[in-house]
Amino acid sequence: MPVGAGGAGQWGIEQLGEIMAAVEKTTKQQNKHVNTPWNDPKAEPYIRIENVTKKFGEFVAVNNVSLNIYRGELFSLLGGSGCGKTTLLRMLAGFENPTAGKIYIDGVDMAGIPPYDRPTNMMFQSYALFPHMTVEQNVSFGLKQDKYPDSEIRQRVTQMLDMVQLTPFAKRKPHQLSGGQRQRVALARSLVKQPKLLLLDEPLGALDKKLREATQFELMNIQDRLGITFIVVTHDQEEAMTLSTRIGVMNAGQIVQIGTPQEIYEYPQNKMIADFIGSVNLFEGQIVEDEPGHVLIRSDEAGGDIYIDHGISSAPGARAWIAIRPEKIHLTKQDLNEPHNCVKGVVKGIAYMGNLSIYLVQLDSGKQIKVTLQNQVRAAEATIDWDDRVSVTWHANSPVALLS
Amino acid sequence: MASTDVAHRTSRLPGSGWLETLLVSLGIRGRALVIAIPFVWLFLFFFVPFLIVLWVSTSFVVIAQPPYTHITPEGTFALNIGESYKRLFVDALYFKSYLNSLLVAAVSTILCLVIAYPMAYGMARCSHSTRNILLMLVILPFWTSFLIRVYAWIGLLKNNGLINNGLIGLRDHVSYYLTYCFGDGAGDWVSSIALPINMMNTNFAVYLGIVYSYLPFMILPLYATLEKMDLSLIEAATDLGCKPLKAFFVITVPLSFPGIVAGSMLVFIPAVGEYVIPELLGGPSSLMIGRVLYNEFFSNRDWPTASALAIAVLIALVGPLMIYQKYQDKELEKES
Repeated sequence: MPVGAGGAGQWGIEQLGEIMAAVEKTTKQQNKHVNTPWNDPKAEPYIRIENVTKKFGEFVAVNNVSLNIYRGELFSLLGGSGCGKTTLLRMLAGFENPTAGKIYIDGVDMAGIPPYDRPTNMMFQSYALFPHMTVEQNVSFGLKQDKYPDSEIRQRVTQMLDMVQLTPFAKRKPHQLSGGQRQRVALARSLVKQPKLLLLDEPLGALDKKLREATQFELMNIQDRLGITFIVVTHDQEEAMTLSTRIGVMNAGQIVQIGTPQEIYEYPQNKMIADFIGSVNLFEGQIVEDEPGHVLIRSDEAGGDIYIDHGISSAPGARAWIAIRPEKIHLTKQDLNEPHNCVKGVVKGIAYMGNLSIYLVQLDSGKQIKVTLQNQVRAAEATIDWDDRVSVTWHANSPVALLS
Repeated sequence: MASTDVAHRTSRLPGSGWLETLLVSLGIRGRALVIAIPFVWLFLFFFVPFLIVLWVSTSFVVIAQPPYTHITPEGTFALNIGESYKRLFVDALYFKSYLNSLLVAAVSTILCLVIAYPMAYGMARCSHSTRNILLMLVILPFWTSFLIRVYAWIGLLKNNGLINNGLIGLRDHVSYYLTYCFGDGAGDWVSSIALPINMMNTNFAVYLGIVYSYLPFMILPLYATLEKMDLSLIEAATDLGCKPLKAFFVITVPLSFPGIVAGSMLVFIPAVGEYVIPELLGGPSSLMIGRVLYNEFFSNRDWPTASALAIAVLIALVGPLMIYQKYQDKELEKES
């Protein structure tokens, strides 16, 4: 172990191992982010979705979606219910046929190829485990369809059950398992055929919070180890943020923004995305100055001028919205008088969350905003209280100006 | 005393105090009382009559009222053990009708299953509003008396019934038309078709009648299990490389097995003892145990043999009934 032996005597070798594993994991994740094929124009996309539209009668479920996904990615389709994300996933699996457009997986046009001939496997939201079969039979089902020799089936199933830690439950039926175990059976069943593309429909939806967090990391680990391309459908933005290499935000059948979790969170392209991902304070305003180095926006809703340290190239006088995340705002009881990025208000509510507190501040303009502050000191010594008059400030690179 | 407590607390029918006192003194009250009612009912109206039939089956035939006795001509009391039962085996008529009943019931059950499965499957895959209409249509025949519906089949099947007359009319018209168009002799091959088709009083009519009458009893349990089935299971199977037809046999059929068992038993059990349908639609060759039993009781007035026959039928049906019960229990267990 290439570690300075200095602290080893004090901590013991196990803790050191754990720390090393954690470090390795972070480096791996960082590497994953360094490896960004979507920024490389020469990279060949593994899954190509070209102008795909799906109509159910008059209703347009998916509207002219084009999307490239690269080998080894963990791509999330994120959106509210009815946004078309599940329909898109079902078209990839072959359960629905696109009304228009093409889908290519590894260069092969999927038109007219039925689900049973596609190199994809799906993990269903309801898990869809066969209730009359044991865990083992469920997992081996896919391999049996492909007529693998018995010895190979047995070996691969054993290996898979080992990986998801279900070996002791191999002979049980699904109704004898807990929710988390069923979910792992479903995962094992969809992974055992080593598909080119694994589709996951709300994979963690039915799990409680603790189990969900554990499984998230398990999924990432598996994906890392097997190198299978994952597409995850979810309505849970937190899930999408932790899991994904990239996220496609969907709304009303269209993909409204594609980007890494960080890009989506920090640079939302419009109000809807800003509002959907995390929580945000939105102010309407008018652009006063738009220079390459900065923008100045006058907002009556905020009750002051907002200065942003990057340009957005728009016509002066145009309407714009400013989005500021609650954690990027600062509160102080001091009466500050800055020319911009500083407004006044009264604290109308405090929600104590343990690690942080959420403050509801009624601005002098009448608008109510949300501010989260870390509880760096004990709550009893909190300096800002109900009905305190506060100055609300933020850094010039915190807000995002949105034109739509 | 506890019994007076109960008597004070519960309002009751006048004059039923003795029953309550009896039950309470037997230690039956509250929940046990509720459960006891159907048991008492079954005891009085099923078990006691069964014992009477058993008792009659061990008697001697006599020309009297009632036509059986346990008193020998010598004037002593005796049980006629085994003689009426022996007759069931010695006289081929009983054994043949017995086997024939089982055969007819089994074939009808399979026919019902084959016809009902696609119907139930189709219904279960319809939209909700259509489903209710179809379900209604399946139940609709019950609004007419069973007997009348079977009689109606006579009108359809008999030699100058609706079907045969229709066919004859069609034959004559086609033959006339061909002769008219293509000259003499052109329609001869049509007019030489032998009609009417003899359908009444045949085994065919019996099968038709049984399948027609019992089809809803097969459709409904099948529909109930198929409707509950999660369609994503089929999708999961095809996703894992299983072709749709195979998925039907390895996923849908096994999962609808409780429905298949329930439906089959609901058809098979009453079909074995069926009397009305073979009597009205069947010919002399369609011997079924129910019919033989009826004749034995009312035409031959041989009550001991008829009773023995009744008990033999019951024994034959205990097996299927137990299978049915076992599946019902399993289903209940799964749901809880």
